[in-house]
Amino acid sequence: MPDLHPAAARPEPLSAGRRGATYPRSLLEREPSLGLLLMLPGTLLLVIFMAYPFFLGLWLSLTDSMIGHPGRYVGLQNFVHLLGDSIFRQTARNTFVYALVTVPFKLMLGLGLALVLNTAIPFRNAIRAGVLMPFIVPTALSSLGWLMLFDPIFSPFSWLLKHWGLITRNINFLGTPVLAIVSVMVANIWRGTPFFAITILAGLQAVPAELHDAAAIDGAGAWQRFWNVTVPIILGVMLVSTLFSIIMTFADFQLIYVLTKGGPANETHIFGTYAYQIGLSATAIGQGAAIALYMFPILAVLAILLLRYLRREVA
Amino acid sequence: MVGSAALGRRILTVYVPLALFLVFLLLPFYWMIVVSLKPPTDLFNLRFNPFLIQHFTPKNYLYLFQETAFLVWAKNTLIVSVAATTLALSCSVLIGYALARLRFPGGSAMGVGIFLAYLVPPTLLFLPLAQVVAKLHLYNTYWALIFTYPTFLIPFGSWLLMGYFRTIPREIEECALIDGSSRLGTLFKIVLPLSLPGILSAAIFSFTLSWNEFLYALIFMSSGPLKTIPVGTVSDLIKADVLFWGPLMASALLGSVPIAVIYTFFVDHYVSGLTAGAVKG
Repeated sequence: MPDLHPAAARPEPLSAGRRGATYPRSLLEREPSLGLLLMLPGTLLLVIFMAYPFFLGLWLSLTDSMIGHPGRYVGLQNFVHLLGDSIFRQTARNTFVYALVTVPFKLMLGLGLALVLNTAIPFRNAIRAGVLMPFIVPTALSSLGWLMLFDPIFSPFSWLLKHWGLITRNINFLGTPVLAIVSVMVANIWRGTPFFAITILAGLQAVPAELHDAAAIDGAGAWQRFWNVTVPIILGVMLVSTLFSIIMTFADFQLIYVLTKGGPANETHIFGTYAYQIGLSATAIGQGAAIALYMFPILAVLAILLLRYLRREVA
Repeated sequence: MVGSAALGRRILTVYVPLALFLVFLLLPFYWMIVVSLKPPTDLFNLRFNPFLIQHFTPKNYLYLFQETAFLVWAKNTLIVSVAATTLALSCSVLIGYALARLRFPGGSAMGVGIFLAYLVPPTLLFLPLAQVVAKLHLYNTYWALIFTYPTFLIPFGSWLLMGYFRTIPREIEECALIDGSSRLGTLFKIVLPLSLPGILSAAIFSFTLSWNEFLYALIFMSSGPLKTIPVGTVSDLIKADVLFWGPLMASALLGSVPIAVIYTFFVDHYVSGLTAGAVKG
């Protein structure tokens, strides 16, 4: 992804721009004013519906606001209170486990799938469209498929296991503490694998075939060619997609909301769902804002890593 | 027999893994299809193999259309997605062009800002954003989503289009400028027509991201008649008892179909769009 670097956006002055010194031009013809003007509509939307809410969130997190009742400034009380809240500590643990377990699986499976898709297979386009499906359809809807696959009564997994004589009673996938988080992680891996596959596939297509041929002539086996030719070239794509995926998994909401709503007994809450429960369902919006903001330092670090990497890539 | 050894190797390294991937990745969709086409009595009958349809019935779909607000949700989703895409795409074209081609004060800082905006997840903003939406009296209006979706569509579209605009040779624009075209004239008459594939990618991505959005729609639209398909399905169909599995799966499937169809036609486009500059996962 060579084009993500903002500094590369700096264009050289056009010859027309230089002539601007002699001919007075309207606002629409001079680069500085035209540039700012073109940025205006989008930036305005982002300021009203993104930057302003962000700072409002910071303020709310420092108050004891409830929905419908503007609160008083209470300093860091919300943040301190949360540290003593066992459900919040569980939520924080869950969020880390959820992201740190699923991302490596998604990366490995995505890499495997990309390598398979990169070979000459029949019905290539149809298969590519098929394997992309989990990533592109509405997650809230596909999660409903998983909701039923994990149903205590109707789960076909339970049926199969019973049919094979491995279990005697149905498994309550989403109602048993450890099993519940494992189940939502399976669904998350299912949803995220195609994302890695497709980005790594794009990276694989940038690997020149001649390099492979040359290495093969020099006697390198398939495994050696993979490690010494393919991996160095797709390393950047893998790193970028991994950082992206950690951010998105960390800040997930839909899968957990649809599958467990944080249950059983708050065992599967992650930051997003717990912030929703406290901030909207329990109307403690100041408290909820603080929960959401606990995500911020981690997301900020990941974003900076990503930005620094992409800058270096292009420079 | 070198040939058969190579074939055996290929089956083991390509076709077996591919089959496993296909089963894993398509299982929930297969399951939705099967359940949505079964009568509830078959669902309850645990002697039947649940993976097969013994008695085919379209009843769940008829129920969905006649007894639920599915069609209204579909209309809402379509209106919001088209409007948010149009608004966001217009802004993205202008931003993408400015960042790709123009030198202006704060330009590169704004580029970084847009990139960072792209990484801000809705879960970080939804609580204060709900207050902003309330203050502007946008609750349960299409505008709540039409204005908030661009917060993730614009950063995404701007980066994608910025990458695309850079692939267009600057000389073409310079010629037009020398021939007396205005700056905006070259943008609309020269750059945009040449960027149509990129704009199409950005439009498809924006449309599908809007179609799939859940959190904002859940918060801003859940108490009125303007629910989107994901919100309507999850909040209205799910609270009923188990008899509802059929219509529920039918709704989940139908809500996914338009997106699936778009991607089947544009999958190559999608891959090239991802490589052109922006990814999200």
